[in-house]
Amino acid sequence: MRVTLTVNGSQRTADDVWEGESLLFVLRERLALPGSKNACEQGECGSCTVLLDDVPVCACLVAAGQAAHRRVVTVEGLAPRGELGPVQQAFLEAGAVQCGFCTPGLIVQVHDLLRRTAGAGLPPPGDADIREALAGNLCRCTGYEKILDAVRLAASRLPVMP
Amino acid sequence: MRPFAYFRAEDPADAVARFGPGAMYLGGGTNLVDLMRLGVARPGLLVDVSRLPLDRVGPAAGGGGLLIGAAVRNSDLAAHPLVRERYPMLARAVLSGASGQIRNMATVGGNLLQRTRCAYFQDVSMPCNKRAPGSGCPAIAGDHENLAIIGHSAGAGGSACVATHPSDMAVALTALDARVHVTGAAGDRVIPMPGLHRLPGAEPDRDTVLEAGDLITAVELPPPPPGRSLYRKVRERASFAFALVSAAALLDVAGDGTTRGCKLALGGVAHAPWRAYTAERAVAGLPATASAFSAAADAELAQARPLPGNAHKVALARGLITAVLEELSR
Repeated sequence: MRVTLTVNGSQRTADDVWEGESLLFVLRERLALPGSKNACEQGECGSCTVLLDDVPVCACLVAAGQAAHRRVVTVEGLAPRGELGPVQQAFLEAGAVQCGFCTPGLIVQVHDLLRRTAGAGLPPPGDADIREALAGNLCRCTGYEKILDAVRLAASRLPVMP
Repeated sequence: MRPFAYFRAEDPADAVARFGPGAMYLGGGTNLVDLMRLGVARPGLLVDVSRLPLDRVGPAAGGGGLLIGAAVRNSDLAAHPLVRERYPMLARAVLSGASGQIRNMATVGGNLLQRTRCAYFQDVSMPCNKRAPGSGCPAIAGDHENLAIIGHSAGAGGSACVATHPSDMAVALTALDARVHVTGAAGDRVIPMPGLHRLPGAEPDRDTVLEAGDLITAVELPPPPPGRSLYRKVRERASFAFALVSAAALLDVAGDGTTRGCKLALGGVAHAPWRAYTAERAVAGLPATASAFSAAADAELAQARPLPGNAHKVALARGLITAVLEELSR
């Protein structure tokens, strides 16, 4: 089947998509966007998190046909090419990246958390909010402390966020 | 994954018309797609119902209740002002399940129809009476620490099953006397909760009373009963884990300190969300005290038949019922 969708602001089309393909496969293997990572394929680890109509989902569990004619934003779409978005910058500064495999999914999920809280004029998320928001993103390297630091840092800079 | 056909339905009638042998409805896909990868689910046709116009939450026709469309996302349900204001227990239950990403995908209808997470059910190399009727239940002699303690069919040989239903939302809906609206080849009907999910009995492969092709279109809540409510979930970690035991409770205490009304449902203990009618009757009219609540918990759990490895869940359930009712009585 043919799947047409909007990815990072551009209309994209993939042909000969098999019904059993995931949105993640389409993004990585057909549209050359390898930022979203393929790990558990069960919705457990969050490394494939993308925004689907502005809402974070696990792209590994979205059937390609379900994404047709919808808007997808991947980690590649969160900042202009060659630049870092505020969440990416905070992760770098806080030392929240080790092997980096979980990082793209975390960046997307944190971007959404901050957009819904401080970015919407609400107080910055507390530690309990951050932990719950990131419960679906597994990291085998960092022990999460530096990731929490990065989220707090990004939240503290929110007035300059778009 | 086996090849299959995919069809996106535009309205419920369209979905029901396309349903045939080997077909399955696809909601958010958070459980079904996983089961297809594991080879547990092998549909020949997926009828996508996730974009049906069943995505509204609003007042139910006549009587002050709430009508929740079956395609409403779990996140949207938990965040809806009417749910938070009038049925906070339901919002709590939904938010205690899965992760943010999964709640953003999962639908109300799909949440009700998700399958057990029993490890043997999900492993096609193992026997399982739910997946392959008559093949046996390795959980009974194997790993069953998190499985059923009540209402199971462990002694039933070829139909033995000790699986639990994994939904948190369904436990709250069971305590709230929800009604499930269904459409199918035979027309529309309404199924009360409890009553949608069934105990394994002689047919552990059947999770619910739905017939092939039946499509859940909405869940209707009656007006919130008087009193206070709470959903509490005991699990192995603070988030993103299924319940060992959970409790959805509503308690109405009269001015003289006696219990005027109580509705109680348990999750993680049975093949279906377990409505604790025995405990409800046991507390009615008695002083709303810890001793009355623990006696009621004992009365309910007298029906429990724990397996060798999960007797601790009976103690957990007893403690949880008592603690939740006590908190609501304060």
